[in-house]
Amino acid sequence: MPKYMLIMRGTDESNAAMMASIEEGIARTRQFIDDLFKAGVYVAAEGLDDPRLGVVVDFSGEAPVVTDGPYGETKELFGGYFLLDVASQSEAVEWAKRVPAARGSKIEVRRVAGDDEVPEV
Amino acid sequence: MGTAADVAAVWRIESARIVAALTRFTGDFGLAEDAAQEAVTEALEAWPRDYPADPAGWLMTTARRRAIDVIRRRVALRDRYALLAAAAPLDEEIDPETIDDDVLALMFISCHPVLAPEARIALTLRVVAGLSSEEIARAFLVPVPTVQARITRGKKTIAAAGIPFELPPPDERRERLSSVLSVLYVIFTEGSTATSGDRLVRPDVAYEAIRLARTLAALLPAEPEVHGLLALCELTAARFPARTAPDGSPILLEDQDRTRWDFAAIRRGLAALTVASTRGLGPYGLQAAIAAAHASALSVEDTDWDRIVVLYEALGRVAPSPIVELNRAVAVAMATGPADALRIVDELIATDRLPGSYLVPTVRGELLTRLGRRPEARAELELAARLCPNRPERSVLLRKAAALD
Repeated sequence: MPKYMLIMRGTDESNAAMMASIEEGIARTRQFIDDLFKAGVYVAAEGLDDPRLGVVVDFSGEAPVVTDGPYGETKELFGGYFLLDVASQSEAVEWAKRVPAARGSKIEVRRVAGDDEVPEV
Repeated sequence: MGTAADVAAVWRIESARIVAALTRFTGDFGLAEDAAQEAVTEALEAWPRDYPADPAGWLMTTARRRAIDVIRRRVALRDRYALLAAAAPLDEEIDPETIDDDVLALMFISCHPVLAPEARIALTLRVVAGLSSEEIARAFLVPVPTVQARITRGKKTIAAAGIPFELPPPDERRERLSSVLSVLYVIFTEGSTATSGDRLVRPDVAYEAIRLARTLAALLPAEPEVHGLLALCELTAARFPARTAPDGSPILLEDQDRTRWDFAAIRRGLAALTVASTRGLGPYGLQAAIAAAHASALSVEDTDWDRIVVLYEALGRVAPSPIVELNRAVAVAMATGPADALRIVDELIATDRLPGSYLVPTVRGELLTRLGRRPEARAELELAARLCPNRPERSVLLRKAAALD
């Protein structure tokens, strides 16, 4: 059962667009998750809180250094994920195209490494 | 974009909705399936040149056109007025209010008791799960033409029997649902204990069953046994990573490295079991409860065997079967010892309720081994190996028999 993670990568522009119509965004995301459920592919989904509330633990030096907020120069920030059981990477990509993502954001599609590295049916 | 893999991916997601909507439009399940398959064939041709902006919509529109073509041809050939009347609903679009019921109706018609068991499996995997005939053939180790013949025969049977495309009426509901659940479970067991061939587990076949069970649970949330089946599949599949050694040979439950079990799948299985338990457990729910007792134990010794014996007794009451009796014997051996268990197995043999099964001599051989009756145990395990159709399991049996020298 290959698992794929659809990783939401937002930008300032896409986050602003999302916040501008947050009610609609929530409704469309609920509908999308409902579609995932009915297709039998849903495993998990989470959205992350405001990146400014987070901290970064940086291992560049001898000892880990903790800094506030999102990491410096990065333009795209991890904002949440969908974890799916799908038949193939192509199917994961097809679902990714259906995510109600705000304009300007990106979705990274990554296979979850696991014990089930077997050829497809 | 536009490769065969992309077409297959969109079809996997859309097949049930498209065939369901088309069957509702045309009232003809076979016609809907043919038209949908034609659309897939056309997509394989057209998409590499010109990938559509809305691939799902493209498939639906093309399939509708093909269905209309067929109906027009029939109208030209036969009773114009009657068929025009039947064709009238074609003007309707997919109705989001009814599509869930249509997908359910599709599952019910694909698993209709009028169909041969093989046809139910082939139709369900093709129209509901969106697998190709080639994929189904590979999953069940049969030639592609065999799968195609099963599907063609199945569609003809449904047409000949005049099965309406609708949710089953209340008086048929229980029987019809149990037929759907049993088709999904047969698909699952084909993946989880490959009945023949060189591989012990074919997880991708099992995955199709889990996926279908999740769909069914989402569409029929108030049916406890649907959740029971889903729980059973999730909890069983959770052990797959620990069930096979690197050389492909099976690892028995007692020897499995339990840290390799899929704990996310166990959590999902336990959650589904909780939903299934709201109104007393049915056969699938009880089997799931047994799987849950194993899943929540740290080791064989730590397992609550008394509870498992009670669950098998309950299962034997709601769904009596010699296999349940045999499993109860195994649980009794763990709970109170091999002598009590041997009496259950010998009773099964005396009444000849599992003739030709390798499982009976397998269990009897194990019990005799534990009782120290080695020559008899060896003969039983050798008999089991001769009867066993799965090669990896057969080697394990022969190894055990040889160890009793």
